[in-house]
Amino acid sequence: MTELANVFNLDGARIPFEPGQTILTAALAAGVYIPHLCAHPDFPPHGSCKLCTVTVNGRDGPACTINALPGQDVRSDSPELNEIRRVLLQMLFVEGNHFCPGCEKSGACKLQALAYDLEMLSPHFVQFFPNRKVDASHPDFLLDFNRCIMCELCVRASRDVDGKNVFALAGRSRDSHIIVNSPSGRLGDSTLSIDDKAAHVCPVGAILRKEVGFVTPIGERLYDHEPISQVDLAEEAK
Amino acid sequence: MDVGTAPKKVKIATATLGGCFGCHMSLLDIDERLLELVQLVEFDRSPITDIKHCGPCDIGLIEGALCNAENVHVLREFRANCKFLVAVGACAINGGLPAQRNRFDVGDILQKVYSDTPDGRSRVPNDPELPLLLDKVYPIHDVVRIDYFIPGCPPSGDALWKFLNDLIGGRTPRLDYPQFHFD
Amino acid sequence: MASIASSLDPILAGYGHDPTALLQILRDAQEVFDWISPEVRAAIAGTLGVPTARIDSLTQFYAHLYDTPRGRYRILFSDNITDRMAGSVALMDHMLTRLKLERGKLSADGVVSVDFTSCTGMCDQGPALLVNNRPVTRLTPRRIDEICDLIRALTPLDEWPADFFMVQDHIRRADMLLGAAYRRGDATRAAVARGAQAMLDEMKRSNLRGRGGAGFTTAVKWETCRDAPGEERFIICNADEGEPGTFKDRVLLQSFSERVFEGMAIAALVTGARRGFLYLRGEYSYLRAPLEAKLAEMRRENLLGEKICGAEGFDFDIAIHLGAGAYVCGEETALIESLEGKPGKPRIRPPFPATHGYLGFPTVVNNVETLCKATEVALIGGASYAGQGTKQSTGTKILSVSGDCERPGLYEYPFGVSIAQVLEDCGAQNPGAVQVGGAAGNCLTPAEFGRRIAFEDQPTAGALMVFGSQRDMIEAARNFARFFAHESCGFCTPCRVGTSLVADMVDKIAAGRGALYETMDLQRLHDILRRSSHCGLGQTAMLALGDMMQKFRPAFERRLTSRDFEPGFDLDAALARARELAGRDDAAAHLGADI
Repeated sequence: MTELANVFNLDGARIPFEPGQTILTAALAAGVYIPHLCAHPDFPPHGSCKLCTVTVNGRDGPACTINALPGQDVRSDSPELNEIRRVLLQMLFVEGNHFCPGCEKSGACKLQALAYDLEMLSPHFVQFFPNRKVDASHPDFLLDFNRCIMCELCVRASRDVDGKNVFALAGRSRDSHIIVNSPSGRLGDSTLSIDDKAAHVCPVGAILRKEVGFVTPIGERLYDHEPISQVDLAEEAK
Repeated sequence: MDVGTAPKKVKIATATLGGCFGCHMSLLDIDERLLELVQLVEFDRSPITDIKHCGPCDIGLIEGALCNAENVHVLREFRANCKFLVAVGACAINGGLPAQRNRFDVGDILQKVYSDTPDGRSRVPNDPELPLLLDKVYPIHDVVRIDYFIPGCPPSGDALWKFLNDLIGGRTPRLDYPQFHFD
Repeated sequence: MASIASSLDPILAGYGHDPTALLQILRDAQEVFDWISPEVRAAIAGTLGVPTARIDSLTQFYAHLYDTPRGRYRILFSDNITDRMAGSVALMDHMLTRLKLERGKLSADGVVSVDFTSCTGMCDQGPALLVNNRPVTRLTPRRIDEICDLIRALTPLDEWPADFFMVQDHIRRADMLLGAAYRRGDATRAAVARGAQAMLDEMKRSNLRGRGGAGFTTAVKWETCRDAPGEERFIICNADEGEPGTFKDRVLLQSFSERVFEGMAIAALVTGARRGFLYLRGEYSYLRAPLEAKLAEMRRENLLGEKICGAEGFDFDIAIHLGAGAYVCGEETALIESLEGKPGKPRIRPPFPATHGYLGFPTVVNNVETLCKATEVALIGGASYAGQGTKQSTGTKILSVSGDCERPGLYEYPFGVSIAQVLEDCGAQNPGAVQVGGAAGNCLTPAEFGRRIAFEDQPTAGALMVFGSQRDMIEAARNFARFFAHESCGFCTPCRVGTSLVADMVDKIAAGRGALYETMDLQRLHDILRRSSHCGLGQTAMLALGDMMQKFRPAFERRLTSRDFEPGFDLDAALARARELAGRDDAAAHLGADI
């Protein structure tokens, strides 16, 4: 019996992988984009946003947490999986208050860029319009809870990279929310500093650097001309 | 175009609810293509025509969110008369800028706004001519069925042109990537 | 009250200042202080050296931990559909009126609060409530009056009539487990006599499958754990019986606990584990003291501790951990997270607990009933055990029967029993539907009552809720949808947002404002939640609703409006506040239905 080659099948393409790689990382390395939000090349798999849901040998699961195995048959870019992704995006949009025209992250926001790429035309569902706060107490960063999508990248970065635990996810169900670890609960009283990974990892406009808003003109922003599936592929495949 | 068999023109109505008319400005932004457009369509109720109520139409374009009772009446009139109802722009699609008031109680807002009276007492006007505010600002798909959405704040002239061309031409409207934006 | 530090110190010391015991520490602290105030939080965080945000993440996750004052008497009405069918809503209203209270609000004098909580597992003797985690069952208007009087008189709970807190077993049909003569220690001694490998072989022969619902083969789990690399191994008994309509584990823990503990010891013998945990749902915390007493007895008899039954190297002991109101902790990896003092959010699987469980060590997580069944295998051997039930579902199964029947309670049958048989035995007159497997299970109609309880036919953790044919199934659907929206852990998008969307849509349909539009959306969401949710909670959250919408279609369709679309909110109500402030009530100040 010959050993199976470290290759799996993704929408008909042969994707080579290193043992230990997930389907997502292997696909990205091979130049095939799978939509994702909470997955980040610098962090271990998290698997909460479910945007990267794929069908592996007939079973659905997130490509970011499933290890690549020889001979797997993986479906990703199909109308029905993209429909699931579109609905998940709609859920994220109605859950928070995402007012793109007023957001400094617009044009470089992964949530927005995925909505463009997957052609999410409307949020479809009844908006929750939650009453969430803005915390402007930090000298360098603005924390706008209205835009948080609970990906926990800031939580993970602060805990695992910065060693600070500035952020935590609290609550449950639709009351889930990010909290700040400081006596007052405000960002200004936390230990977050400008060099922290956690301060720069937010994929949406929830954590924003102050005093640099709108420096990139419309037309020159990250996702203005090419979809995230091309821009991020070039970035993350490095 | 074969002049001999000039097809019946497509009837379009447009309205702005709680919005800034920016989407209508974008419609005018299709520039000289307007001339091409008027070959294909005629306008019923619209700020462009100043017709106050719409009759049976093929396409209704709605800009703006639902902020008050009058917005609801206008929207319902459009839904009742238009074959295809289109939500145009951020406010119509998710509440947009007007919805930024949703974090406040509408009663508190009214009292605050009408508190600047000589005796300092709050007087919310009670004239039946004035439409009452809804408790929150809502996207239009919360109240009537919407057939198509054109995102953008505003959608560009190109996006509106592409959309109308597709729809009038019998194709499923689809925006190209650079036309697809929420801001 | 004594200073915060002097009350906290013994609690913290009792847990060895171990941050993984944070949930237990918070529970105990709340017993003393009634709530986790910022001062208590700061003191605990400071002493343990954990971020205060970590404490917040727990108090805001677990329903029965409070970061705002909830009174000296914290009343929670069980909100399962069976409680509702028995009149719980009217009883709560009665109590709120008598106490001049609003639901969920603390009384002005700071003494009492009244709210709902998810099913407390007293479905056979409901309506039920919890007062400071102690169950009061068989509620009547009169008993509500008595409770109100006791609260007004500020009578300490220990001085309330003892019969208020009586919880009955209601064993209606006993078989292999509930009916067998049993002498404590025999099973452990039998296992020791067989030896670890032989005991595992018997388990394999028995083909015992997990009783929590999933039906995984227990021997495989034990063997995987035994063979996984790791310096330590753990046995966890999953007593987080949160599935609405299920209460069999409550009875096993109340009256058969030594069998549970012996089962854990046998699992330890086979796997080489030295420590075990019983994860007891917070709603059953009244069982903690008797269970601790039972553990002490078993230690004295050398059924736990070192060299159990004299066997060299067989060292094993059990600690009891309490939950604090989170259904999701019934999922084994969420349970392990909770045991480690964290919010109960399910982990990514694989790896499975058998190789990477508690603190990353190989861990067996078994259901209460499964562990009891392991004692049977030890006593009678795998082959005899496998003689009961069906080929794929060996042995007996305990069913929790509640709802519209004359004799709610526990029914133990060999696997393969038909639903119809159970309904006859429990005295269900004119049943219109049976919900099998709790809120996360299937809804069966009379045409399906020939189905059999077995992994290969109708698998279940054992809940059968009977609905008389007069019942409005939309009320059941609403109750389940609200339950999942409340219990979603919030980790993954589809479940966190989807369960709330679903609950709102079902409410809309129940209110007569739903259109075909909603039913189509519900079907779409059913597919998406099932396919993309992180754990079983989201994957099964719409199972019952899907069944009900399909099988009781006319009941749903009757509620729909004839229009193809209805607004997502009540338009006229949305004008109420502005009407009030403008002092208007003219025709233009209202929005009627669209014509």
